[in-house]
Amino acid sequence: MAQIKINNLRKDFGSFNAVKSSTFTIEDGEFFMLLGPSGCGKTTTLRMMAGLELPSSGEILIDGVDVSMKPASQRDIAFVFQMFALYPHMNVRNNISYPLKSQGMPRKQIAIKVAEIADVLGINDILDKPVGGLSGGDRQRVALGRAIVRDPKAFFMDEPLGALDAEFREHMSEELRALHDRLNATTVYVTHDQLEAMQMGDKIVVMNHGVVEQFGVPQQIYDWPATKFVAQFIGSPAMNLLDFNGKIEAGASSTDMNGISVKIPTSRETLQGNLSLGVRPEHVHFSDSAPFRGRVVASEYLGTTRIVTLATPQGDIKVRTSSSTHMDIDETIGLEFDARTLTVFDADRGHALLSEANEGVLNRG
Amino acid sequence: MAEVIVDNISKSFDGHKALDGVSLNIPDGSFVVLLGPTGAGKTTVLRMVSGLDKPDRGDVSIGGYSMQGLTPAQRNIAMVFQQYSLYPHLTVRENLAFPLKSPMLKTKAADIKRMVNDVAEVLQISHKLDNKATALSGGEMQRVSIGRALVRRPSIYLMDEPLSSLDAKLRADLRIELKSIQSNSNATFLYVTHDQIEAMTMATHVGVLDQGKLVQFDSPKDLYENPVSVYAASRLGQPRINILPADLFAGAPQGADKIGLRPEQIIQGQGVASTVTRVEHLGDQTRLHLSLASHDLVTVTDPYTRLKAGDALKITPHQPFYFGIDGSRIQ
Repeated sequence: MAQIKINNLRKDFGSFNAVKSSTFTIEDGEFFMLLGPSGCGKTTTLRMMAGLELPSSGEILIDGVDVSMKPASQRDIAFVFQMFALYPHMNVRNNISYPLKSQGMPRKQIAIKVAEIADVLGINDILDKPVGGLSGGDRQRVALGRAIVRDPKAFFMDEPLGALDAEFREHMSEELRALHDRLNATTVYVTHDQLEAMQMGDKIVVMNHGVVEQFGVPQQIYDWPATKFVAQFIGSPAMNLLDFNGKIEAGASSTDMNGISVKIPTSRETLQGNLSLGVRPEHVHFSDSAPFRGRVVASEYLGTTRIVTLATPQGDIKVRTSSSTHMDIDETIGLEFDARTLTVFDADRGHALLSEANEGVLNRG
Repeated sequence: MAEVIVDNISKSFDGHKALDGVSLNIPDGSFVVLLGPTGAGKTTVLRMVSGLDKPDRGDVSIGGYSMQGLTPAQRNIAMVFQQYSLYPHLTVRENLAFPLKSPMLKTKAADIKRMVNDVAEVLQISHKLDNKATALSGGEMQRVSIGRALVRRPSIYLMDEPLSSLDAKLRADLRIELKSIQSNSNATFLYVTHDQIEAMTMATHVGVLDQGKLVQFDSPKDLYENPVSVYAASRLGQPRINILPADLFAGAPQGADKIGLRPEQIIQGQGVASTVTRVEHLGDQTRLHLSLASHDLVTVTDPYTRLKAGDALKITPHQPFYFGIDGSRIQ
């Protein structure tokens, strides 16, 4: 297994710039997520790592060796696609042993290896069945088996669960993660589903328009987004952004939002102009006496929790509260924020202002 | 708007029973969501009400009148499908106005204009009104096809997974919009989805279908807090309810085969010892994967828990559900 380093990776398709200048490191044994909306460059990045595309500039190092210009076959990685491509005329055993046969491995050794893999995936009892009659889950297990059997340096997966329905997808994502924990193989996984990324990943790279917006562990990205894009892409519902024109001073621990004083983590930067106050739905609390008021427009029951949407002078805000809270539509109520959790953004340029709370995570120097 | 009654409907396709004696009362002004996995029969029910398919047995009545023998056009319904179908040679405005221009309706031009503008605003497509329908993204086309249903005032709106092709943000916005359109206009909706969030947030009633049978019909809250079976209990809740052998914990009643535990039915820190196998930080909640006597379960803890894989954690059930050997609830 391997460490993978990406340095200033760039890819142009004609005049279209798909990946701008990506830099990040995937440590040995990590489950690593490339996350972003469609067209953000995540699949292009993965394809360059795999050797299916050549970068326009930059480096890809696998275990310290620059492979950026090497063909896929010399990189020793295994690729799992969204559509599991199996050989339809072969049974399960032959599908899994095929990569080993083509490597010229002795037959006895292949048999041992395939039995091992079948054990790991729990597919012993279907080894001699044709792949045609298998269920979606079993087909995917076979596709995984074929990837795992070679002991490659890393696994690359491009939305492998994308085509499955919600229930089955949840089940397979747990299975994949458990498999990773047993094999401890470096895995790079592309998805546009933020929940899937948070659920499965040790680390996440969030991309948008070919640019790496943020790179880190899931909880830190959730708590301390580096940009407005990340704030709104991660979390369901997303982080609330309250837009106002105001001033933040370095050293200040409050700001004036249209005449209402809001406590914030001590700022490390000074900025006057268009600002956005970022607050997660679970960090807004109802308080009759609070000066910042909102009018209830919707209240959605979610079992354990309830999401209440309120209209405020600074735009709509969503609040996560307990499912037993009762709210009438059109009721007006005061809103308080948990000051330690707030992030202020430069509304025009989109990045977070450094504060005592987020500087450890964002660390932009 | 009208009350819709589905009375004891059965339907087979090539010997396969798609619906088996389904009865459903859709009250006037309600938002009924049919929930179930692929193949449960949700879409078939919708097609029976619309008249696109005929039942082998049973009857549908809308506003007190039997629909037997009536075509979809004669039933005064509006439909939205997962796959949008627009008139490609018309603009968005013309597509939206089309249902209003039906000679049967005689709507005034000024009224048509106002209704089209209102609907376009709700669906966030005002800026695209003069585009050709084909010059839109998939999400925009779907909003137009929803809009084309909403400009009318039919007896019932029938929608088949109308939001499933849209991105997460738009889906969340339109959930709220559809719900407020329904509650403000007191319209009747029959809505098919396999997305439990849509069911929970929009429905006044949820119908749970299992292999062509209606197994529960209740408000989302009652379905969540008082499910009739393992199957019904598994429809709602994230993370999914844990279903374990009843004898893992003391106190199971006679005849109980399985115990059902949602995260809020698990008290941490007392009871039976389990092992943490994985901690998932999802931002607003942290999921604990636990192993208890070689059974896996998932529960929720606070986002900043210090627990990590390998730690021991005692758990005990709190007002759990019990199910018999056939999966039905034991009270």
